[in-house]
Amino acid sequence: MNIVVCVKQVPDTWSERTLRASDNTLDRDAADAVINELDEYAVEEGLRLAEAHGGEVTILSMGPERAAEAIRKALSMGADKAVHLLDDGLAGSDALGTSAAIAQALRRIGFDLVICGSESTDARTGVLPAMLAERLGVPQLTLASKVEIDGDAITVHRLAEYGYDTVAATLPAVLSVVEKINEPRYPSFKGIMAAKKKPVETLGLADLGIDPAQVGAAGAATEVLSFARRPPKQAGTIVTDDGDGGIKAADFLAERKFI
Amino acid sequence: MTEILVLADHAGESVKKVTFELVTLARRFGEPAVAWAGAGAQAAQARLAEFGAAKVYAAEGPEFDDYVVAPKAELLAELARRAAPAAVLVPGTPEGREVAGRLAVKTGWGLLTDVTGLRDEFVADQPIFGGAINVTSRVRTGTPIIAVRPNAITPEPAPGQAVIEPVAVTVSDAAKLARVTGRVVQERSARPELTEASVVVSAGRGVGSAENMALIERLADRLGAAVGASRAVTDAGWYPHQFQVGQTGKTVSPQLYVAIGISGAIQHRAGMQTSKTIMVVNKDPEAPIFELADFGVVGDLFKVVPQLIEEIEKRSG
Ligand SMILES: Cc1cc2nc3c(=O)[nH]c(=O)nc-3n(C[C@H](O)[C@H](O)[C@H](O)COP(=O)(O)OP(=O)(O)OC[C@H]3O[C@@H](n4cnc5c(N)ncnc54)[C@H](O)[C@@H]3O)c2cc1C
Repeated sequence: MNIVVCVKQVPDTWSERTLRASDNTLDRDAADAVINELDEYAVEEGLRLAEAHGGEVTILSMGPERAAEAIRKALSMGADKAVHLLDDGLAGSDALGTSAAIAQALRRIGFDLVICGSESTDARTGVLPAMLAERLGVPQLTLASKVEIDGDAITVHRLAEYGYDTVAATLPAVLSVVEKINEPRYPSFKGIMAAKKKPVETLGLADLGIDPAQVGAAGAATEVLSFARRPPKQAGTIVTDDGDGGIKAADFLAERKFI
Repeated sequence: MTEILVLADHAGESVKKVTFELVTLARRFGEPAVAWAGAGAQAAQARLAEFGAAKVYAAEGPEFDDYVVAPKAELLAELARRAAPAAVLVPGTPEGREVAGRLAVKTGWGLLTDVTGLRDEFVADQPIFGGAINVTSRVRTGTPIIAVRPNAITPEPAPGQAVIEPVAVTVSDAAKLARVTGRVVQERSARPELTEASVVVSAGRGVGSAENMALIERLADRLGAAVGASRAVTDAGWYPHQFQVGQTGKTVSPQLYVAIGISGAIQHRAGMQTSKTIMVVNKDPEAPIFELADFGVVGDLFKVVPQLIEEIEKRSG
């Protein structure tokens, strides 16, 4: 089975994240960069499926030079090879442009199963997997908390407001996973060493025959007009419980008319 | 007047609150026309009219429930082609966003997600990075497709006709690739739905066990609140996963959020930071959740919470 896992490098949610005043895009230099947490679960699921059913796991990442770090992390977990979608013309792409470029790369690589994390911690749009399924004309198996494959039949549990749906389809397909699905492995020392020798192919817009007008900031169908740091919250009242903490809490709720 | 197309979120004939929020928002820009996928439009008509819906495009048919997301996107694309609305509003739920994503690909129109308000010309307010930064943005290509965060808009009644216009849409085979074979309802409670509730009482690892969640539920019921939980609690199996609040759970912005025995990890904050008022009970004065608190009690939740419940009962007579 040919499995492609999409990973994104994102600013660490623990570091101070901000936008750049010059073009209202993410200031990637200001923050520590890590692999998007949910994408680690996607890599893990890809590895498990390949271990169980045979096959190869390819990492696909679109991003600047530095995204190579996220690619290495995924390779050190055990993926076989990687494709880095790298082109200055991609900078500032919105979800439509990003999905167009990634879909084109996926067509080029070929796949039985594409696995994504269900959303990234920076943009949090949660739309990319559905967009990929739409563009590629394959089943959308998103928000999966469980996956089973039998031949070319695939079944997932899709998280829903009330619990979950069971969903069935035939491969090839696009899968997105939630963090309930597994526990990602830590790269072993051996894995980290091996990752250094694994092949990473770099592809640009020209290689993929993507029209530069369709992607990047120029091709984006949306734009950020302005941004402002949320005014810092006024420090609240903190009391220490001396046997009357519950009463004071009730006073607060009454004062704010919640009771 | 131009139409604003609104995708209804509903379970059968029961309309989700976010639908009324979208219709309320739509009224400012044009005539709200509700796109209703699946059965139940007739029964929901009166409710939709109460919030000022002008029209309801009712597309009956089992496909909308039987296949994942794609049929709804086809319906919206078809309605948008016929009615040429000024904007398309969808619920900012996981499924609503996916419908919007597919619609954006079909039409090439720009999509904004997690929108909490709209200004003139459909300029959108979006909180990003867990609410640390507010962004204004707009769609510059095509008709704006806007996914609105549930509970960000206050639904306001206004008279409407909600004229039902049945639409026949043939769902293509391409939209029937992922088939729903079963529906598993894990828990229903009489409490308000988490993303809709105006008060949420959430518990973290500090509650210590599944049994102790009863204490949290008691407080929630005194406040007419929904119960939420941190991932530590859902991972431990103390409370079902669908009640998880945070980055990989639900995003809530209630009038009041009560965090009990929750440390305030960044992934938890991402789901509750925009709550209007935040109250905290935690025994560790250094817990980062206190940074968000309008009111906090440093103390043992097993002492503070029972006293709070008792006090609320006393005061409500
Ligand atoms: C990919 C990923 C996604 C995640 N998504 C989410 C998410 O969606 N939601 C989420 O919540 N987390 C999420 N997390 C986990 C998150 O990082 C934290 O681990 C989690 O939120 C911690 O839960 P907690 O605050 O209940 O537990 P802890 O951090 O263990 O905090 C427990 C708190 O309870 C207090 N306490 C203990 N006993 C008492 C007592 N008797 N009285 C009063 N206070 C007491 C302690 O002082 C402490 O502050 C995610 C993590 C990852 C890696």
